[in-house]
Amino acid sequence: MGLGNFTKSEGGRAAMLLAPPFFYALALLALPILAVVLFSFWTQDFMTIDTSFTLANYREFFDKPIYTVLLGRSLMVSGIVTLVTVVLAFPVAYFLSFHVRPERKSLWLFLITIPFWTSYLIRVFLWKVILGYNGVINSGLIGAGIIDEPLSFILYNVNAVIITLAHAFAPFAILPIFVALEKIDRSLIEASRDLGETRLTTFFRVTLPLSMPGLVAAVLIVFIPTIGDYVTPELMGGAGGKLIANMIQTQFLQLNNAPMGAAIAIVAMICVTAIALAFVMLNRRWLRGRG
Amino acid sequence: MKGLPLRVYAILYLLFLYAPIALLPLFAFNDATIIAFPLKGFTTHWFGDLAGNAALRQAVGNSLFIAAMTAIFATLLGICAARAGAMARFPGKGGILGFVMLPLVLPEIIVAVSLLIVMRQVLGLNLSNWTVIAAHVLICTPFSIAILNGAFQNLDPSIEEAAMDLGESRLSAFRLVTLPLVMPGIVSSMLIAFTISLDEFIIAFFLTGANPTMPVYIWGLLRFPAQLPVVMALGTILVTLSVVLLVIAELFRRRGLARAGIKDTGGFL
Repeated sequence: MGLGNFTKSEGGRAAMLLAPPFFYALALLALPILAVVLFSFWTQDFMTIDTSFTLANYREFFDKPIYTVLLGRSLMVSGIVTLVTVVLAFPVAYFLSFHVRPERKSLWLFLITIPFWTSYLIRVFLWKVILGYNGVINSGLIGAGIIDEPLSFILYNVNAVIITLAHAFAPFAILPIFVALEKIDRSLIEASRDLGETRLTTFFRVTLPLSMPGLVAAVLIVFIPTIGDYVTPELMGGAGGKLIANMIQTQFLQLNNAPMGAAIAIVAMICVTAIALAFVMLNRRWLRGRG
Repeated sequence: MKGLPLRVYAILYLLFLYAPIALLPLFAFNDATIIAFPLKGFTTHWFGDLAGNAALRQAVGNSLFIAAMTAIFATLLGICAARAGAMARFPGKGGILGFVMLPLVLPEIIVAVSLLIVMRQVLGLNLSNWTVIAAHVLICTPFSIAILNGAFQNLDPSIEEAAMDLGESRLSAFRLVTLPLVMPGIVSSMLIAFTISLDEFIIAFFLTGANPTMPVYIWGLLRFPAQLPVVMALGTILVTLSVVLLVIAELFRRRGLARAGIKDTGGFL
């Protein structure tokens, strides 16, 4: 088949159209990630890179407790942020899908997405203003006579990082759940009610399992990117709230040790991917077990 | 009323989402250097300081240039992918589309370090506005595709076929018939890509050259307490600007749906 035939078939033209975005992502995503993998097996020798193959960076990662502690803390923070975000977001998505009139839905979605499009740095900084020593919460509580001393457990620690990230990723959780709920055939729910289930058992036996694809998407779209954020832990975490992304950033931009940074990034990526895959598999098995 | 507790919860949730942003104007117009309560008096001189800051003006200029280029290139790539997505299947199409959408779920720091390694160590390039643009196009393209998918999939293919039957070439049929119909989606995609790029910090911090982008400059300011009210004033302007851009993008998206005769059911994503 010549090129002429290829461009005449619709599939061929679709392939030609898809080529530019594909090669762009190949050149600027796949190949660079391969370069990171390669670098992680090299070492930094002062100003030059020693390109002999070695596992030294990985050995250092698992020998020095600082790296594994940071990675463990990162995974925990991302896990809690994901749980909090998805649990808080589900009722909002449910309300939007089941209780808002169709013509008002896009207005609600618009209102939910607006805060997400405003400057991320400034949003994170404002949480400092809310949670800080003289912040909104402390001055409010003291003014109301509820506490005498400002609360100190809400800034410069892991709690502050979790609150801020949960806020930043809220729309990411709401949208996929909303989409999944919208796809549910409403007659299935009516059928369940007609067959004698209560509103609550209908929710758990019909609505929740059918909304699972959206829930899984929400979990992944919150869990994976939160690992890569170093702004929030840097501004909100204090000394004890730093995460693995801060270490990657330090290795690359301050210590000028790209190979070590690359190795940390690879280990973090593998952990996140493994947890995400395990979650998807467990979810599938759970759904199949019910069906 | 049925669902009243849910409605109350949803409204409280919205308040939670808007709480930080609501504080911005309070401190932008507050006559005190310290960002804390109680508020002092009303002033506009933080906005005056902003106007006189040459370094900031340059950073804003850089960011606007990067955002504009990103909007154009991401939307062009998005048009290719979204149109291909609406056309016939071919082997591997789903996988390729999924691969192109991957930056959406990849931690941004991975994108940042991988591009830093390639640009600096492999290619030996100097970091500049263009390195930031290359990265921003990569992360904005999935958003453009998501928006444009709506526009292209709602399109009836028989309209374009009719134009070709009436003697137009494939290219002119696309330009005269399809393009006007998807134009609202294109405008909406460009505005979204522009907004994302303008605000992006994590990648820009790694890839920015000698001239910082606006978020990188703001990051520098956050370390100097005396500069914080100026940051608040800048933030107020940025939030207002983003909201205006987003309202325009939303209006275009709705007009696009109306043109295609589709009932509106969802938002951007």
